[in-house]
Amino acid sequence: MKLLVPVKRVVDYNVKVRVRADGSGVETAGVKMSMNPFDEIAVEEAVRLKEKGVASEVVAVSLGVAACGETIRTALAMGADRGILVETDAELQPLAVAKLLRAIAEREKPGLIILGKQAIDDDMNATGQMLAALLGWPQGTFASKVEIAGETIAVTREIDGGLETVSLSLPAIVTTDLRLNEPRYASLPNIMKARKKPIETLTPAALGVDPAPRLALVTVVEPAKRQAGKKVGSVAELVAKLKTEAKVI
Amino acid sequence: MTALVLLEHDGHAVKQPSRSALAAAARLGGEVHALLAGSGLAEITVAAARLPGVTKLLVADAEAYAHALAEPLAALLVALAPAYTHIFAAATAMGKNVLPRAAALLDSQPISDISDVIDADTFVRPIYAGNALATVRSADAKKVITVRAASFDPVAAEGGSAAAEPVEVPAAPSGSRFVSAELVKSERPELTAARVVISGGRGMQNGENFHLLERVADRLHAAVGASRAAVDAGFVSNDMQVGQTGKIVAPELYIAVGISGAIQHLAGMKDSKVIVAINKDEEAPIFQVADYGLVADLFKALPELADELERGT
Repeated sequence: MKLLVPVKRVVDYNVKVRVRADGSGVETAGVKMSMNPFDEIAVEEAVRLKEKGVASEVVAVSLGVAACGETIRTALAMGADRGILVETDAELQPLAVAKLLRAIAEREKPGLIILGKQAIDDDMNATGQMLAALLGWPQGTFASKVEIAGETIAVTREIDGGLETVSLSLPAIVTTDLRLNEPRYASLPNIMKARKKPIETLTPAALGVDPAPRLALVTVVEPAKRQAGKKVGSVAELVAKLKTEAKVI
Repeated sequence: MTALVLLEHDGHAVKQPSRSALAAAARLGGEVHALLAGSGLAEITVAAARLPGVTKLLVADAEAYAHALAEPLAALLVALAPAYTHIFAAATAMGKNVLPRAAALLDSQPISDISDVIDADTFVRPIYAGNALATVRSADAKKVITVRAASFDPVAAEGGSAAAEPVEVPAAPSGSRFVSAELVKSERPELTAARVVISGGRGMQNGENFHLLERVADRLHAAVGASRAAVDAGFVSNDMQVGQTGKIVAPELYIAVGISGAIQHLAGMKDSKVIVAINKDEEAPIFQVADYGLVADLFKALPELADELERGT
């Protein structure tokens, strides 16, 4: 079974983002970029399924500017076999991404597509669900455990009150939550090896998809800052303040 | 302009985040209908019909909806969509699972986790873990929206009298099946609905020590949460996680104990009305957002706090 893993290039999770003064967005120039952390978990899970012999091939896909090729290289260094880059300078929103991924899924015919549950830049949490809808496949979102048995996959999902397990017929979509696994660091030999793995480059036009955004950005602002309050000297003082000053207890 | 709000319920009561979604939908100024889907809905239909501001309650009673699976619920929303300009749900695990799926079938770009309504096309949503607020305008004919419950005061649980109306149920897609659920049983209020939340971080050192938080929580009728660090360290289960990748809360009082204040945690609680931080490291970033900070060893401060609260009440 072939696995498809979409990976997104985002501002590194350690970077403290800065909102541009003109309200046009968040400053990304000169900022460290990395693979979306949830996508790393997706790559790790796919590679583990290959190592277990459940999957035969892992294909990493990224969409966006040419530099997304680096994100694919990271996936290849973690153990993916080959990459597909859909190169465009256009802003891609989840609906367009889902349409592009559908086109790739129709070409590649994977048995399972594993995606991160959300990207840490736009925090949309939508692409996996949308891709599942467009392909007419079942979805197991926010997965903390997956088990493939024959033609079905059991997905344990993180839900608000605890955990839920669903059984999906393959092909299916899984989106990863934090506890699915701990992604590996690519070793130097594997990073070297990844340089020789093939990456195919495509365009939205070649896939027959119009990637035009549906949401227009009006403005981006910094949220109101909270002011640091005061230090209290003791538990008794804290309780007194909460009662008489803040009046919350 | 009529909005449809997908309600989340447990068979007895409509969940509070759904009442916040109703409040967001009402901001559009048009009519608001609500959709109740599930299996065996007699009791909950009576309760949901009392939600204020809802003029019509659609009831989809079928086995296929018993476990709120995304595939049949999205198909149901698509079948109902022609009558609506906006479809809302709370940005809970259920809403986030179902609405984007419905949106794709409607060729609409969903607007996730909104924190404000500007007009019928324009909404505010946090990005980058709440470090920026984006105002976006949708060009889609149908807006599909999930609502950050902490940003909208929920409508009351009763006061209205909607007409309940059964809806025709479309064929459910095959391919997915509910197997089991392992729900954490708790006598405490839910994290996203609690008036007071007390959370522990890595400083708690292990899961057993969370009983120190529970004793305080008992006095305050608080929900107990945790930072991602505490969840990653295996102290407590992930359903307790407050943060960018966990639950977003905005209680009257948030007490952060042994939590350093990583950006990803602040993203989940910084809209709380009053924040208290207890940490032995006075340089911890959590103090920069706390209204009241106590530099102390939590293993001393928590029992003291519980004692103090017991004395006072």
